[in-house]
Amino acid sequence: MTVQRPNSFRTGPDERGHFGIYGGRFVAETLMPLVLDLEKAYNEAKADAAFQREMESYQAHYIGRPSSLYFAERLTAHFGGAKIYLKREDLNHTGAHKVNNVLGQIMLAMRMGKKRIIAETGAGMHGVATATLCAKFGLQCIVYMGAVDIERQRPNVLRMRMLGAEVRPVTSGANTLKDAVNEALRDWVTNVADTFYCIGTVVGPHPYPAMVRDFQSVIGRETRAQMQDAEGRLPDSLVACIGGGSNAMGLFHPFLDDPSVAIYGVEAAGHGLDKKHAASVTGGRAGVLHGNRTYLLMNDDGQIEEAHSISAGLDYPGIGPEHAWLHDIGRVKFLSATDDEAVAALQLCSRLEGIIPALESAHALARLPEVAGGKPKDHLVVVNLSGRGDKDLDSVAKYLEGGR
Amino acid sequence: MTTRIDKRFADVKKESRAALVTFTMAGDPDYATSVALIKALPKAGADVIELGMPFTDPMADGPSIQAAGLRALTGGQDMKKTLAMVREFRKDNNETPLVLMGYYNPIYIYGVDRFLADAKAAGVDGLIIVDLPPEEDEELCLPALKAGLNFIRLATPTTDDKRLPAVLANTSGFVYYVSITGITGSAVPDSVKVGNAVGRIKRHTKLPVAVGFGVKSAATAKTIAEGADGVVVGSALIDVLRSTLKDGKATPQTVNAVAAVVSDIAGGVRAARKVAAE
Repeated sequence: MTVQRPNSFRTGPDERGHFGIYGGRFVAETLMPLVLDLEKAYNEAKADAAFQREMESYQAHYIGRPSSLYFAERLTAHFGGAKIYLKREDLNHTGAHKVNNVLGQIMLAMRMGKKRIIAETGAGMHGVATATLCAKFGLQCIVYMGAVDIERQRPNVLRMRMLGAEVRPVTSGANTLKDAVNEALRDWVTNVADTFYCIGTVVGPHPYPAMVRDFQSVIGRETRAQMQDAEGRLPDSLVACIGGGSNAMGLFHPFLDDPSVAIYGVEAAGHGLDKKHAASVTGGRAGVLHGNRTYLLMNDDGQIEEAHSISAGLDYPGIGPEHAWLHDIGRVKFLSATDDEAVAALQLCSRLEGIIPALESAHALARLPEVAGGKPKDHLVVVNLSGRGDKDLDSVAKYLEGGR
Repeated sequence: MTTRIDKRFADVKKESRAALVTFTMAGDPDYATSVALIKALPKAGADVIELGMPFTDPMADGPSIQAAGLRALTGGQDMKKTLAMVREFRKDNNETPLVLMGYYNPIYIYGVDRFLADAKAAGVDGLIIVDLPPEEDEELCLPALKAGLNFIRLATPTTDDKRLPAVLANTSGFVYYVSITGITGSAVPDSVKVGNAVGRIKRHTKLPVAVGFGVKSAATAKTIAEGADGVVVGSALIDVLRSTLKDGKATPQTVNAVAAVVSDIAGGVRAARKVAAE
């Protein structure tokens, strides 16, 4: 496919929410007026200095930003190549990058006078972040979570309940993240007047992909400044895991127009790309689901296929539309890591750095042999350590005991 | 250009009554039963046939229609078979309008141009695509109109007067008013609100307005028929179909049971005294 390379990679989407052919607003008529209202409210908030100041204040005092950019000395020595830095999103309140986006959306919901918040969650980190901010601001919170995910992410279910959220198990389809999104959309269609749908990643109808990216871009902005402080220059490579792709988009976006920075997204290859996996770009094709056109896993009849990853947060058959576009124009290179590789990387990082990464983030670490190994010693790599791995200890233990 | 849909609504209007629009899922629970069912519907009183194109992720549908779609997909239904069903239907019925309803992705993957050509050739009269609002008209709506198919749009309680003209601009055949905010098969509609809403839409268009979502019985159908040009019934038929299945398979009762409910609801529609503004 021939795609024109733009002057800047950072101007999208257009006013109709398109990144190249991707994105858009493929939603039922009931939701369309709400999506338009949201876009208007977001544009106003974005231009409002007071809104931005208030958000920065909560980022500093409630989330604990900036998160550190940590030089991983022993991982660096282990791979014997590039200097490896970890962007420590695991140190945020609630333990992952998800809270950056939720803070922005909840502040927007309050600005719009919406008192009932719904969310979908896969690994539970977005659900926990949403439950947390709803508790803090006194809002009703309902989280849709696949029955399979409730089983494999039990600690996060308990956290959400402790925070006062109602966790509604989803038993349609494959009982995972895709189906939780469907149920959240069905809730939104039913409760349009008072409900705000807090989407957890850079997918959905416009303006969600752009809005979530903007709220997550604090990751990349901090990384630029922190790397200047540490090394006096920009990094050479960025690596992040990608399910829907919000932690990746947040790290990548501020660097898209710096041609010296190589950018790698790592999808979940599950049992292997020739078996069950969740690598939408590597193993899927363009289609329309959940309000946007993007790369999707599907059969020849356009029926969506179930994804598989050991990581519940990457277990989604789609990807954000901006990533789809960045893939087509060649700005971001897409790699993948299997369940086996992710578990091995989780163990390695735990033992060498004393940091237990989330299984999601471990997919990014799993590509360090190629991205950092064999590179010159002055090559600077940043890995987005998007979340902490406490939630995954049960899954990993079972995996190691029982094989796959 | 007068289509089968235009003609049918005009004929029904001459009889001073509303049209009954039935929704069933193509391939539910299997191809042969589903074909037999749509062939039986006109005799049972259906004026317009809506045939669902199954999709794995029907985000505006409730549990009944979700399950129907999954039964069809499990039974091996795909777009080619859905179009083949329409050809079968047309072999002995050239009058009853048939509308395909569903989501965009299976059409996008089949290929828009190929789909429109094959649908037209099979005898499809119109399309209702839930996840294609007017903002995405270039995708399918405009090509469909060019190919001579009606593109029937959904209007909802959230579609305000400011937005209605945009929604109606490229709508043809009829307007499908979704009487509640919600998924298919949920709450019962409020007849006064529905009547007001139909009146509101009719101030903006000359097209017939059919009302759906939440129609469960002859009584609700009658109430809606008093204020609308058409009554759409879907989940109620699918619930009856499901109740006849044994281990997920069709039984000798399946087609007759659904047809019997359609007859009953058709009776409700026909009993309504048309009071809508003409």
